[in-house]
Amino acid sequence: MGSEFVMFSLTPMLIGVFASVACALPGNFLILRRQALIGDAISHVVLPGIVVAFLLTGVVAALPMLLGAAGAAVLAVILIEAIKRLGRIEPGAAMGVTFTTLFAGGVLLLEQSDTSSVHLDVEHALMGNLESLVWLRATDWSSLMDPWALAGLPEELPRIAVVCFAVILLTLVFWRWLKISTFDEGFAQALGLPVGMIGMGLVITAAVAAVAAFDAVGSIIVIAMFICPPAAARLMTNGLERQVLWSVLFAVVSAVAGYVLAGYGPLWLGAEDAVSAAGMIATVSGAILALACLFGPHRSRVGAQAEA
Amino acid sequence: MTDTPVTLAATDGRAARLPQKSDAPLALRGLTVSYGEKPAIFSVDATFPAAQMTAIIGPNGAGKSTLLKAALGVIPRLSGEVTSFGEPIDTARARIAYVPQRASVDWDFPTTVIDVVMMGLYRQVGLLGRFTGRLKSRALACLDRVGMGGFADRQIGQLSGGQQQRVFLARALAQDADLYLLDEPFAGVDAATERAIIEVLKSLKAEGKAVVCVHHDLATVRDYFDHVFMINVRKIAEGPVDTTFTSEALNATYGGRLAATHIDQLRLAEGA
Repeated sequence: MGSEFVMFSLTPMLIGVFASVACALPGNFLILRRQALIGDAISHVVLPGIVVAFLLTGVVAALPMLLGAAGAAVLAVILIEAIKRLGRIEPGAAMGVTFTTLFAGGVLLLEQSDTSSVHLDVEHALMGNLESLVWLRATDWSSLMDPWALAGLPEELPRIAVVCFAVILLTLVFWRWLKISTFDEGFAQALGLPVGMIGMGLVITAAVAAVAAFDAVGSIIVIAMFICPPAAARLMTNGLERQVLWSVLFAVVSAVAGYVLAGYGPLWLGAEDAVSAAGMIATVSGAILALACLFGPHRSRVGAQAEA
Repeated sequence: MTDTPVTLAATDGRAARLPQKSDAPLALRGLTVSYGEKPAIFSVDATFPAAQMTAIIGPNGAGKSTLLKAALGVIPRLSGEVTSFGEPIDTARARIAYVPQRASVDWDFPTTVIDVVMMGLYRQVGLLGRFTGRLKSRALACLDRVGMGGFADRQIGQLSGGQQQRVFLARALAQDADLYLLDEPFAGVDAATERAIIEVLKSLKAEGKAVVCVHHDLATVRDYFDHVFMINVRKIAEGPVDTTFTSEALNATYGGRLAATHIDQLRLAEGA
């Protein structure tokens, strides 16, 4: 059991956890700023960027893909601003138009180009390939101390782990800036805080988390993790500090439970094959949000009665 | 030359005859702000004096809130110069407390009353400093001063409008500033809150601090304020309430939108 778990389940599970936490943390602030769609937008626009990077380089390698995705994200931000200003359209609609158009463009590019030889297709873009990120050099838990085995870890794992810890660190260091400017931007500006840079930094952090997670787990998890754990966490508490801790807990639970359910759930139900882990993780996060909506202690809008 | 706000501001005569460099808590020179093509405030000069309470009055859309926000850099200014205590606004921020309109924030935000007040202590603790017990008791003292001492751990969404306004004032008190800029502090609050706020503001004045309020209720201008600044995109009048708050100035500010009977009920200054 131990060796099989380490070889086939440990790394996908860890990657799922890191990806979920990296997205859920900035998601807390994006939701409170009414910018939750930005995460959605970013996770869609990385597709054309990655396809273009592949067409230019001819390989599916980490660096060109990340650069392509980053380029597409920047292009999307510019497009959103341009549509907002030139078209005088509200921000949500501008984002919706931009990310669906770019994603659709990415799908067309993908179909037209010859990617049959590599692992790059629409399904991969949506679902990632979590189940395939196994650790074949592992024999059992002792492999964690074995340099040769550790060198064989899927390259996605250290990448997403670094991004996840960077996001945690940034959240801790800039906590007060994030909190004050999210609650009361005018006051933050009057204090002299760099409000514009804080907002931009948050979006860039979310973009980096989305791109790193997209590579490993696909866009479905990214979209779900930006919104579901923080939204469910908001219903559990009335304090921002506790909300963020709850969101991390929910992200971890979604990743672990989703992975296990995808692998074994169908067997328990008598079905033959496992289902997509990414899809199941997103589904679990949605189920947690639904439960929080029904049973969360702070699910009523507390401000409602005070308005009278 | 086209009449864009920029060119007008540059050539407008009002901007030219400027007061000398001012040491006033807040001084504006030729301040112009525009939303799109239309100027929201145009070439405004103003001096807000120390140890006085100043009301900024004018009709809706006259640029009252815009004036405060542009002075603080919350919204960008097209032209003009802002000084505070003789320094550029950016170096004087530690001496300025700003109370935005209550409706400008989401009161459903997950935080408590004491947390909001402690945001006013940001300059003491910085990004990573620790909130010492001394700072926390200072925040509690500020809550006491606005009569909200028992509400420290309350979720902000559970407060009434008046209580929310008092929490905002407590946050400004925590900043221990010399200039207090308040955007409609009496809008939509109960009578008890209005009394509590005016008491605090008067005590600030007694300590020599400058208090500037965007104010809507013309009936209370005489009771509450010493100084008045009247604006309708351009400055109409500024000076002591006793000599400046006249029916002529009101008519010029509100463009005949005030009924004559309404003006009669205000205890106005005699026309000079």
